[in-house]
Amino acid sequence: MDQSGTTVRYEDAAIRGFAVMTVVWGIVGMLVGVWIAAELLWPQLNMDIPYITYSRLRPLHTNAVIFAFGGSALFATSYWCVQRTCRARLFLPKLANFTFWGWNLVIVLAAITLPLGITQGKEYAELEWPIDILIAIVWVSYAVVFFGTIAKRTVPHIYVANWFFGAFILAVALLHIVNSAAIPISLWKSYSAYSGATDAMVEWWYGHNAVGFFLTAGFLGMMYYYVPKQVGKPIYSYRLSIVHFWSLIAVYMWAGPHHLHYTALPDWVQSLGMVFSLILFAPSWGGMINGIMTLSGAWHKLREDPILKFLIVSLSFYGMATFEGPMMSIKTVNALSHYTDWGIGHVHAGALGWVAMITIGSMYALIPKAFGQPQMYSIKAINLHFWMSTVGTVMYITAMWSAGLMQGLMWRATEADGTLTYSFIESLKATYPFYAVRLAGGFMFFCGMLVMAWNVWRTIVPSTRQSVADLVEAHA
Amino acid sequence: MKHEIIEKNIGLLAVLTAVAISFGGLVEIIPLMNDKSATTPMPGLPMRTPLEVAGRDVYIREGCYNCHSQMIRTLAEEVLRYGPASQAGESVYDHPFQWGSKRTGPDLARIGGRYSDEWLRIHFNNPRDVVPESNMPGYPWLAKEYFDPGEVPAMMRGLKRVGVPFDEAVIAKADEDVAGKTKMDALIAFLQSLKLPHPPQADAAPTAAPAAATKTESAP
Repeated sequence: MDQSGTTVRYEDAAIRGFAVMTVVWGIVGMLVGVWIAAELLWPQLNMDIPYITYSRLRPLHTNAVIFAFGGSALFATSYWCVQRTCRARLFLPKLANFTFWGWNLVIVLAAITLPLGITQGKEYAELEWPIDILIAIVWVSYAVVFFGTIAKRTVPHIYVANWFFGAFILAVALLHIVNSAAIPISLWKSYSAYSGATDAMVEWWYGHNAVGFFLTAGFLGMMYYYVPKQVGKPIYSYRLSIVHFWSLIAVYMWAGPHHLHYTALPDWVQSLGMVFSLILFAPSWGGMINGIMTLSGAWHKLREDPILKFLIVSLSFYGMATFEGPMMSIKTVNALSHYTDWGIGHVHAGALGWVAMITIGSMYALIPKAFGQPQMYSIKAINLHFWMSTVGTVMYITAMWSAGLMQGLMWRATEADGTLTYSFIESLKATYPFYAVRLAGGFMFFCGMLVMAWNVWRTIVPSTRQSVADLVEAHA
Repeated sequence: MKHEIIEKNIGLLAVLTAVAISFGGLVEIIPLMNDKSATTPMPGLPMRTPLEVAGRDVYIREGCYNCHSQMIRTLAEEVLRYGPASQAGESVYDHPFQWGSKRTGPDLARIGGRYSDEWLRIHFNNPRDVVPESNMPGYPWLAKEYFDPGEVPAMMRGLKRVGVPFDEAVIAKADEDVAGKTKMDALIAFLQSLKLPHPPQADAAPTAAPAAATKTESAP
């Protein structure tokens, strides 16, 4: 890479591990997603076995795709980016390796405990207290490695991608520790320290900022490194990145109450949450514009480079989802959309369109470099993967938008005499065709990940063979 | 101030980031903890029986919140379908809260008394036996599982430690109360307890009309 002057020996072992596990956990998490989407169509699929029942597996799906797939990608890219942009070797490489094994242990424990019904019963924070403590230990280690590397940098400036990665690490630590506060009654059972409306507020402060920091700030860090890198130009506006960084991290933290509109949460908190959610539109689009406009003057590259297609299309989905989000936070819109599949559609516009696609693009750029290859084994396969992901995402989200709108309208429809027009079960019956389209879209996205796995395999296996051969030769 | 100063000082950048992310939580969470309207039990809110406590744990373990809410919003159509809007004072004993975020199935905040225990039993065994179009999974294993001695008292003591004022005498005979009961019995008892609390003296004035029947059938 661009090491001018003295050569820095970078520490990439943990990065290679996390990069491979990104693909592995992506496949696992999305397979569970496809499975539970099928269960919503054919409920008999659980075969009366508790461990594969929808309600126990849905938390496994969300945890696996957010924390296992997304988390591994964030570890890999942040460790890569912080070394290259600071021109410094990773601080405490052994601790970085510990974060790799520790994080994967967390994921394995999640995959065992959630199907067993061991859960705290709070969304995206289901893992029980011993695992929560392990997460906290791994996370603090991550912070030490990351900030330690920045502290020993050999260039004066801290690159903008690292601001985002840094804010993501700090905020997730705060959110995780506050929201997970609980009193254990046994090794695998605890009760939340908060109750009722307070617990709801804490949970959605956590939940929305898991989106805001884990799934946004962290991935914006990825974007700020890989988009300019892949385009071969500096970021569009340095000033915009300053303004949008500070406004994004400050405003996001206020937006949580929009998950609790018209509930028993006191009104003033709901309104505050709505106002900040609307403001959030500006910094979100600031990031999108900054990313996409980096391409100005080099738009032709979008035709030739499928990695860039992933990155730029992910930013477009990010822009869509961050327009939709503030709109859904308006109380009157939320009255229609909340509790319906519209929410699921919105989440997947972000999760598939933004998070997964920027991850996939970044991994296609990172993996060959980390394994000492000039490029991915098959560029055609990247292109195929791109179209499978895009078409799959569009099918998924349009199906869920339509389903959600329909459900919202059916639930509120009344007759002239003031009685409800539809029973609940009628709205479910009407949703089945949309569930089928969603399953097809999700399955297509999942198959794209299999194409990626094959491509990654073909890219790294010769290099692994070569390095083993080198080792043998060196010892001979 | 020049932003360059922050860009060259990781300590300063980290501190300012921490400051920027602190305010939202401080303003939105801390006042709630001292807000009487959010933390005072609603008049007449009953304490859960040991069997209902055990049932709530089954509800959480099986992940019912993934498809069912327990929160009737202050919207006319919700009150019409499910009953009077939920109030904060109803969930002050709920650790954790189970308001939910998605309704693949109907809201359950006022489900108590709507169906017989026997209907619920058949429904849990195989929902399609009573609701042919349902996509809810069956939970037949609940009818074969029992609580260990000491399990339910431990739950109640844990909840007491986080602030639910259970009577020691009730905890003492909790094991007796759940003896011989299956997890399905417990879940059914919990669901039947989900109804609007009756304020002690105001029984004469009904709080609201019962949820209206839908045009086609009475299922919510």
